[in-house]
Amino acid sequence: MRLNRKLLILFLLLGAVIIFGLIKGAVNIPLANLLLKDNQVILNLRLLRVIAAILVGSGLAISGIALQAILRNPLAEPYLLGTSSGAGLAAVIAVIIGVSRIYMPLAAFLGAVLSIIIVYNLSREKGMIADKSLILSGVIISVAFSSVIVFLVSLFGNEAMHEMNWWLWGSLQVYDYKLLLLVAFPVILGICVIYFFAQDLNAISMGEEAAMHLGIDAQNIKKILILVTALISASLICICGIIGFVGLIVPHMMRLVVGPNHKVLIPMTCLAASIFMILCDLMSRTLFSPVEIPIGVITAIIGAPVFIILLKKGRRV
Amino acid sequence: MSTLLKINNLSGGYYKEDIIKELSLNVNQGDFLVIIGPNGSGKTTLLRLLTRVLSLKEGEILYKDENILQMNLKQFCRKVAFVAQDISIDFSFTVEELVLMGRIPHLKRLQYETKRDIEIAREKLVLTDTLNLKDKPIDELSAGERQRVIIAQALAQEPELLFLDEPTSHLDIGHQVQILDLLKKLNRGSNLTIVMILHDLNLASAYSNRIALLDQGMVFKEGTPEEVLTYQNIEKVYKTVVLVNDHPVTGKPNVVLVPGDMS
Repeated sequence: MRLNRKLLILFLLLGAVIIFGLIKGAVNIPLANLLLKDNQVILNLRLLRVIAAILVGSGLAISGIALQAILRNPLAEPYLLGTSSGAGLAAVIAVIIGVSRIYMPLAAFLGAVLSIIIVYNLSREKGMIADKSLILSGVIISVAFSSVIVFLVSLFGNEAMHEMNWWLWGSLQVYDYKLLLLVAFPVILGICVIYFFAQDLNAISMGEEAAMHLGIDAQNIKKILILVTALISASLICICGIIGFVGLIVPHMMRLVVGPNHKVLIPMTCLAASIFMILCDLMSRTLFSPVEIPIGVITAIIGAPVFIILLKKGRRV
Repeated sequence: MSTLLKINNLSGGYYKEDIIKELSLNVNQGDFLVIIGPNGSGKTTLLRLLTRVLSLKEGEILYKDENILQMNLKQFCRKVAFVAQDISIDFSFTVEELVLMGRIPHLKRLQYETKRDIEIAREKLVLTDTLNLKDKPIDELSAGERQRVIIAQALAQEPELLFLDEPTSHLDIGHQVQILDLLKKLNRGSNLTIVMILHDLNLASAYSNRIALLDQGMVFKEGTPEEVLTYQNIEKVYKTVVLVNDHPVTGKPNVVLVPGDMS
């Protein structure tokens, strides 16, 4: 299939799932009635969810792409720098000390940033970022913070526990459009920065030294992109908690479909990840309505078989 | 012949110790200079210093009288290219995509390759006899094909000076000769200056116009193959017994090993 045709298909699919995302739900609204005044409230809520899905899907998947390329590790994912457990820990502490729910996203963001600072500094050796140290410190900080979370939850019980579940499995139930706008800014900016380095990412996937031989300052670009991706995931955690799988698997899926050239891969993945997230959100709220299945569960259940099919069909389907 | 690269009193290496010690060497325009020397003599370190991958501690490297550390990195990579022994790449880029990456030093950020860039890449694919592989993913190629692709990528940078670190080490003799013939052709035809590390002394002798024999981070001897490849020099540096006779066809020095129990 030609690239243009793949792009067209993705655009059409995106349009289709956006419409689906708006008309389907606990109450189905026929397409013709979508713009009626009676449906305004429901429509607004669903629109926020669709926008959140696009933002979360693109942000996580593009971060995954960047990290997999610069660390040359197929298992790299957006929460690599311990942002998820940092945010979770801060949220739990906030619940325990009785911080108002309005400030929860802020608390989560600060927790995520704290873990970024710790992990980033732990992995610096002689002014360079050592890939292995980065991955290891990320894991260690995650485990340490998670243990503290469990410790606090077992001491302080139910309320913190409930809050924790929301963080651990994620939800696109955005209740505040201002917060969404606030998060959209760093996420979109971050994606643009990553795209700005698309050419460099191609070179860096041959190794830092090979990239240098093509005139690319790999060490500095690596530092910039690690911080950018960490900021994206820290921002997204504020609105949707932790949503696994998207940042790990969608990049691999799209490499199989359009190839590894980042100039093409990044925009295509934005589209694909948006489609994927809108669909997952749709399923999370309609499959067992009125019960909402955590979206992290859905992303894993859909993502795994799709990925296996693509893997078996081979590269560049 | 004018001097292209001037290395003055170069010292440097890794964090703790200098591998290269006060080394001086000139590379002339049009040279086919082969660097030889035992393991650990600093050949690769020297190349990494010359291509700015490692930072030097003392001395200076001048490219056409300009200090290479003061050149913009992309500008430097438009003049000087490097061919590694092999590349490890996690993603299945196609051969054409990889060769096009050689144009990166000529592109601005976010700029897509122009028609001319694609033509240049195509030309290098033809030159290295890899055009028929252009749509294949790099991880499906044989070692010989991969090496030709890596060379094509470096050539797409359109350098004046090409460094190669043992480009033939993974290849059988047929492919070794094929690669070296190609480099010789480029050296003569396009006036590409070549500096290459080789382990095989006889290949060094057959293809180079100059040889630098490295030992413990210094140039032990530098000159024509006849001047450098004497049994005295080789026995001293490599600590092994050899015979040197004339190659029956080329007339250049031909180094013959003597097994330890027979010498």
